[in-house]
Amino acid sequence: MALGLLTLLIVSIVIFVAVNLLPGDFAELILGQGATPEAVAKIREDLGLDQSLVSRYFGWLGGMLTGDLGSSFAQLNFQTNLGGAGGVTVAEQIAPRFANTMFLATVTAIIAVPIAVTLGILAALYRNTVFDRAANILTLSSISSPEFFMAYVLILFLAVLNPILPSLSNIYEGMAFSDRLEKTLLPALTLTLVVTAHMMRMTRAAIINLLASPYIEMARLKGMSPLRVIVKHALPNALAPIINVIALNLAYLITGVVVVEVVFVYPGIGQLFVDSVKIRDIPVVQACCLIFAAAYILLNLTADILSILSNPRLRHPK
Amino acid sequence: MSALFNIALGVAIIAAVAWSFRFIGQKVTGNAARFRDMSFGVAFGYVLGLVVLLWLVWAYLQSISSDQATANKFFFLGVAIKAFILFSILAWLFRLLGRNVGTAGTRKMFRNIPLTASFGILVIIFYAVLAIFAGAIAPYGQDEIISGVAANIIPGGDPALGGDPAFPLGTDQIGRDILSRLIFGAQNTVGIAFATTLLAFFIGGSLGFLAAVVGGWLDQVLSRGVDVLMAIPSLIFALLLMTIASVWSAELGIPLTFFMVLIIAVIDSTRVFRLARAVGQNIVVMDYIEAAKLRGEGMGYLVFKEILPNATAPLLAEFGLRFCFVFLTIAALSFLGVGIQPPLADWGTMVRDLASFINFAQFAPLAATAPLLAAGAIALLTVAVNFVVDWMLHKSSGLKE
Repeated sequence: MALGLLTLLIVSIVIFVAVNLLPGDFAELILGQGATPEAVAKIREDLGLDQSLVSRYFGWLGGMLTGDLGSSFAQLNFQTNLGGAGGVTVAEQIAPRFANTMFLATVTAIIAVPIAVTLGILAALYRNTVFDRAANILTLSSISSPEFFMAYVLILFLAVLNPILPSLSNIYEGMAFSDRLEKTLLPALTLTLVVTAHMMRMTRAAIINLLASPYIEMARLKGMSPLRVIVKHALPNALAPIINVIALNLAYLITGVVVVEVVFVYPGIGQLFVDSVKIRDIPVVQACCLIFAAAYILLNLTADILSILSNPRLRHPK
Repeated sequence: MSALFNIALGVAIIAAVAWSFRFIGQKVTGNAARFRDMSFGVAFGYVLGLVVLLWLVWAYLQSISSDQATANKFFFLGVAIKAFILFSILAWLFRLLGRNVGTAGTRKMFRNIPLTASFGILVIIFYAVLAIFAGAIAPYGQDEIISGVAANIIPGGDPALGGDPAFPLGTDQIGRDILSRLIFGAQNTVGIAFATTLLAFFIGGSLGFLAAVVGGWLDQVLSRGVDVLMAIPSLIFALLLMTIASVWSAELGIPLTFFMVLIIAVIDSTRVFRLARAVGQNIVVMDYIEAAKLRGEGMGYLVFKEILPNATAPLLAEFGLRFCFVFLTIAALSFLGVGIQPPLADWGTMVRDLASFINFAQFAPLAATAPLLAAGAIALLTVAVNFVVDWMLHKSSGLKE
């Protein structure tokens, strides 16, 4: 737990320092080439850029912890041009999108995890048969294809040639749950295809690794059916690696989500991230990056804790 | 809801057919061992496989039906089926060729190679030829805007559809030949990915071996640093650094692509570092390293002459996988618009630029070919490399259960 927090802290330093490697400073970046020195000085003061690097870092970190992520450059520009005061804060921009991304990830996980584990068990049960080999080739292909290829193939077949699902996920607030689910389904299916393949292969490998153990031999010799051997004896012992793989893939979802959200114009945090990268909206990029990293670290940490919980030998160390 | 009901009904029918298939089998063959010991799952699998096969045959027949609307609907499935059969035959022929031509070593290698791996090698050779000789093969330049030609992305060059036989895959929105851009895309995308992977291996490999040989505080510092870098998702980190690099590149006048190679190489070198260090640590404890140290050999000799030759096999397999990751990252960055910059032709950018044509596929299926070809070109290469790596790993791990 402490290790995870420490990693997160160091990651936040890395992100902050990386962003401060920018030539010139934010003030010139916002105002462009032809800015007057007075305007630059004013913006520098507004953003607190006249303070030292260390005090700015702690200010930023403190803001992060209290939910104040600063204000977006793009919004600032826009608002000040219109004569308004301040703009939409980064937190206000990110919050609804973060909820959308979590929704997408949850739907994907609900579809993908049961399918992956079931298929993995089946592949281990019928190993070295036609089914296993076909599954091997299919999963290998879907792991190695880029996400946008999968996305466009799915759009082609499920949205254009057979109009079953909408190809654009225009989600807005106050939408009925069923509508929202329908619009989320196609991006979720794309992510499912990518993630399931990996989880299934690892489940299969984890179970097959155990099949040479003496207790499996024993269970077989006493006449148990192959399915019962795997579900009752192999699966509980393979839980730790399987949980690890599931968490790892959910963490991977966070990265995959960026491309898929762009393809389907899904209003999630990944889309916001890419848009901000393009217009160099540094505070938003910084905040998104930290959120992604935090989710990534958190999931890996959860995996470690769960795999300890699932293993009695680790739960009660000698 | 009705779709779910239909699926459930289908599964129930297959289950019933599977049960009766096994039952009839037992009766007809007089309870032969094959049917007597068949579990229900296996019977279900047979019937399901048969249903899928029949459906594919039916879909293929639909794709060549005379009714244009149905044929359009199944056009891509038909193409996929044809491609699958064609690729299988090609892979088989290539394996046959490999078994009979070449030195004794290569013939031995081809004797028990699976079809997937032979397909992978064939595709890799094809891409390598395209990438190296792109300038000679491509009919037009990659950024050559052909004047006087109407934009037409329908492949085939059929004058009746407004095409021109001189451009077999059509021309894009601003009148560049799509075929030439695809071929040059092989050179740019694959070449840049290859260079990036080499750089990542150079950085990660030498630092990893160094950490293994020297150990102590250097090992600690490097390993913890790598831990931190690996805690940030790689695509996210790459995007963050690309934002910064885009400002720098405007400032310094260095192309953004150069920064991209550097950034992805550094991010991916962390994974190489982990492997190189682990492999190196196993080798460092060997006696011959001790002997070399006692001879008074320098660090460079130890790393490049003693450790590297003994670490080639795992590093080579990792090279294939790493290449795939780098290639996919670059494609994703280009697709998002921050990777390889125009006027260089590149597949990720092509997909993004042409993607909207997919929506016309319902009426003119050929309109969707261009974006799918570019995306498919990426997928084909990574799948091929993965097939070969999978086979190599399987071979080196021996025959597991």
